[in-house]
Amino acid sequence: MTSLGALFNKIAESKRNQIILFIAYVLVTGLGLILLPDSTVAFLLLLFSILILYYIDFNLKAKWITGLVILAVIVPFISSFSGSYQTYMEVGTLVGIYCAMALGLNIVVGFAGLLDLGFIAFFAVGAYSYAIFASGQAAKFMPFGHYPLPGGTFWIFILIGAFVAALFGIILGVPVLRVRGDYLAIVTLGFGEIIRILLNNMDHPINITNGSMGIASITPPNFFGISIGSSSQFYYIALCIFLVVIYIVRKLENSKLGRAWKAVRDNEIAAQAMGIPLVKTKLAAFAIGASFSGMMGVVFAAKQMFVDATSFTYLESTIVLVMVILGGMGSVPGVILGAAVVIILRTQVLTNISNWLSSLSATYGIPIPPALSPEKMQLLIFGLLLIIFALYRTQGLIPHKNRKVDVARLERESAELAHKASSGGADS
Amino acid sequence: MLAHIIQNLPQVLIDGLTLGVVYAVVAIGYTMVYGILELINFAHGDVFMTGSFIGATVLFLFMGMGFLTALPALIVFLIVIIIAGIATGLLGVGIERVAYRPLRRKNAPKLIALITSIGISFVLEDSVRFIAELKTGNYIVTAPSIFNHRFTLSAHDWFPFFNNATFQGSFILVLAVTVVMLVSLDLFVNKTKWGMAMRAVAQDRDTASLMTINVNRVISVTFFIGSALGGATGVLFMIQYGTIDPYIGFILGIKAFTAAVLGGIGNIRGAMFGGVMLGLLEMFAAANLSIITHGAMGAEYKDVFAFIILILVLIFKPEGLFGKAVVEKV
Repeated sequence: MTSLGALFNKIAESKRNQIILFIAYVLVTGLGLILLPDSTVAFLLLLFSILILYYIDFNLKAKWITGLVILAVIVPFISSFSGSYQTYMEVGTLVGIYCAMALGLNIVVGFAGLLDLGFIAFFAVGAYSYAIFASGQAAKFMPFGHYPLPGGTFWIFILIGAFVAALFGIILGVPVLRVRGDYLAIVTLGFGEIIRILLNNMDHPINITNGSMGIASITPPNFFGISIGSSSQFYYIALCIFLVVIYIVRKLENSKLGRAWKAVRDNEIAAQAMGIPLVKTKLAAFAIGASFSGMMGVVFAAKQMFVDATSFTYLESTIVLVMVILGGMGSVPGVILGAAVVIILRTQVLTNISNWLSSLSATYGIPIPPALSPEKMQLLIFGLLLIIFALYRTQGLIPHKNRKVDVARLERESAELAHKASSGGADS
Repeated sequence: MLAHIIQNLPQVLIDGLTLGVVYAVVAIGYTMVYGILELINFAHGDVFMTGSFIGATVLFLFMGMGFLTALPALIVFLIVIIIAGIATGLLGVGIERVAYRPLRRKNAPKLIALITSIGISFVLEDSVRFIAELKTGNYIVTAPSIFNHRFTLSAHDWFPFFNNATFQGSFILVLAVTVVMLVSLDLFVNKTKWGMAMRAVAQDRDTASLMTINVNRVISVTFFIGSALGGATGVLFMIQYGTIDPYIGFILGIKAFTAAVLGGIGNIRGAMFGGVMLGLLEMFAAANLSIITHGAMGAEYKDVFAFIILILVLIFKPEGLFGKAVVEKV
């Protein structure tokens, strides 16, 4: 055992060996997926390579490029051999959508420390903003214009969805600023429920959302004449938006605003005393977090081609929260991992276990009551995850790390500045 | 329009009062825990729901053993409510022990305790659903009805501008039991040694522990009383409204919390008042919203109404109607 560990350490020490091992891993799992095209396990192992990549001692740019190549080329290419190609890509799309949403909630909860329990409302707002105008629904109340709008407007609607959701974030934010700490959780929960009830009932007196019937036959997006309808195409849209969101979050995290959020989270009064404008900072967190959610809402509506209020319940809000807690509050890679784990658990693992159990009871005659089916146990599983992680691993799967400050460089720079200032002073 | 509203007023008052006292007792659970721990115990609504299911189970058991015909209904009811109350009280103590005490010891941020309480609420909902579905095949349970004799309040004879109102026998029971619970709780908190210890811990935990008060035990007792009251109210709810499902606790819990905030959180008498007021307002809205807005908004907006009250109170008077404003210290 120890010799094996030593061998592993020896391999891990050298960078070249790491690269070789990583490539071998991708090849083996990829080959596994080609040979066993319907095996979910092989698909998940291939996705797991992204996590391995994160821990490899590699330069950052090369890691990003490798990751992109795996996600954009290798995974779609290999799974296209499989009969369940569209299912895999559907899972990929959902992971992309929920990752972006979880990153949005991470700004509100993880960075700014404001617990939002109605986050799905912004997703709903984004989804409905596309659904209403890209179906015949808008013609029922809009006095002008010709509906449904063509699929080409989808790309504009991504921005509109982000904007409208951000607007709702600010509408929610304005009262929130006066509410302290944990009351905030209840107010946001109430807000989420209000939005859901409104969407469910706004079919009279003016039919805006078509009430509980939902909005059907939403126009699929159109990319230079190509109608986008399958999950494998939406996968790329979700991936692109996801990359944009990661870029923005990465930039924001270490910006002035990002540091202000963390200061507000750690101590509101101290932050205010240091001159951080509380109102602006919190509003920015709400608006930016909501806008990610709104963008993905548009993609969701276009992908499903149908929206109704049942997709936007309190449970969904909490599941996004589970992603953030599971991954690690404030940690960007952690939240992405959390979202992927939760979505894969929901859509793949639980359904597979349920199917396996029912086939077991069918072939061996073991009676397994339908109440026991793990698919129905979502609440229990996510509830337990929340409790366990809150109690025993508050920092999540991948704990948040603050950026290290290069002290030597800072000293050098300040010395240079001081030097310049003194020499400049001598000149004048 | 106004005449119509006034005509229906007696019925609205009766329905509102029934709902209001249920909110009031559940609100007390929130307010007691918040007063002591400054924690919104999200799981409390589900403790209420668990209580109603335990009550239904015991009632079904009694029915199976033939007690329901052998004993007077009132005695069966008292046994059921006491069993449900004790069971949920112990459940509350267990929740505190498992989910909140470890966090308190670690001095974790408040956000984390809130998150565990959401987790507990999910676990309770799903466990109850699981057991109910396993036993009966359906998670919506219709309780055997007792006390379903209907009375008519002949308000029309006394005041000709009112319509008559009807109510079930269980209405009187709900009202009587909740009033007994509220009064005895008020006496307990204000007159007994344990009540004094609870108030001391709510005021300042560290100083209370210096005064030889066993803080952890006081917190356990608080959870026991709050949860037992909640569970007992669950039984009342089951008897009054008949059908129960594992998800009743969520929305009712939030409304009860609204009631607690309305009365000033941490203030027990305030929670009672807030609960009754919220129940009356909600029933009034449910009955008259459609008349007032000429059919634009129906009774389905009554939940929105409650949430808007919550948000307005939190914005304009966060200390509630009877609470004291707190200044946050550094």
